Amino acid sequence: MIPIDPNASPSALLELIYRLKVKDIMTGQVKSVEKDTSLREIQRIMRENKVSGVPIVEDSRLVGMISVDDIIRALDQGYIDSPAAVHMSRKLVVLEDDMPVSFAISSFEKYQYGRFPVINRARELVGIVTSRDVTSGLLMEMNRSLEEMERVLNLQAAPGPIGQVKRVFLVQQFDYENAGRASTELKKILQDRGVDRTLQRKAAVASYELEMNLVNHSLGGRLIFHVDDEQATIEAVDQGPGIPDLAKAMTEGFSTANDWIRSLGFGAGMGLPNTKRVADEFDLQSAVGKGTHVKAVIHLKPRPGDKP
Amino acid sequence: MTIADLEHRVGCTALIPYADAELSGAYTSDLLSDVMAHAPEGSVLITLQGHRNTVACASLAGVRAIVLAGQRDAPEDMLEAARSEGIAVFSSPLRQFELSWRVAALLGMGGV
Repeated sequence: MIPIDPNASPSALLELIYRLKVKDIMTGQVKSVEKDTSLREIQRIMRENKVSGVPIVEDSRLVGMISVDDIIRALDQGYIDSPAAVHMSRKLVVLEDDMPVSFAISSFEKYQYGRFPVINRARELVGIVTSRDVTSGLLMEMNRSLEEMERVLNLQAAPGPIGQVKRVFLVQQFDYENAGRASTELKKILQDRGVDRTLQRKAAVASYELEMNLVNHSLGGRLIFHVDDEQATIEAVDQGPGIPDLAKAMTEGFSTANDWIRSLGFGAGMGLPNTKRVADEFDLQSAVGKGTHVKAVIHLKPRPGDKP
Repeated sequence: MTIADLEHRVGCTALIPYADAELSGAYTSDLLSDVMAHAPEGSVLITLQGHRNTVACASLAGVRAIVLAGQRDAPEDMLEAARSEGIAVFSSPLRQFELSWRVAALLGMGGV
């Protein structure tokens, strides 16, 4: 069984199972045999190729299937030397190579078969699909899409106008493994630019608090840095859940963090107030069910009215 | 005082090898936001928080050494992060108050 519901899964996954074709995930070059092959010979092929089903063909057209269950029954009832044609399943459910993967998933759901033969338009056998092929195919494609996303993000980070730096970091909810990595990067950028240590610290505080807010409270989001000679801008943009009461969120000591987040030393209700305290400009927008956008700007060249 | 004084004069055990350096101050807290906001640069952090996020926070705040009070253990991933960030990590059976008091004396902070 494949634990994916084609009607109710995240849209990125749905997009994947409709975009990917059966031919993208199937095992090609299937070992098939003619219908007069003995079951004993088929058993040897299964063992040597480590497969649990062998398609039976007649002039490369699929006519039946022998599964490991058929072999067990043949051994039990003593007809292991008879030809495949007599005992093979003829009522076959097949998939076509151009069908979306969602069809394969529904078929595993609907029929109790462990594998489906795959045919092309000419009705020739071109492959076989197991539930394992579906899961590993989806994982590989997800891996590829994520690499693509990372590549695009790095492209955005390509050098802009001289003297300006932009960096985008994806921050995942509860990813304590990587928490703080983005902020460390910002601090290094400022260090390399020879920014005053007090200003480095202010930027690090704002960035770390916003990064930890994404880790502790958001459903995941992005931390975006813009640095030029005038200022360092830190933006945290997430996909939800949104803040119901902004005034409360800005109150020192107020936090919605649960006990285990608190046990790690977070959730003291100081994140947003700390950020606002160090920032020369601060803006917070949030909509419940949509997400939160926080922007903190640290002036790298002092301006009239800046905090000490 | 220097980082080595934590080992030789305060009675802490070093959990990883460290390069000795001057300590300019100290901070005692278990809230990482508080550490982030107030721990002085070049200081030692006395805390109960023994996990890798303490290292990330310490590194951003410019903390040079972490002392885990009450004989708390550091998980391997914390020590690994500390090695790569060049932050010393110690453990001590002493509680936070006594550790703070001893470190304050070495930093030359007198009585009230």
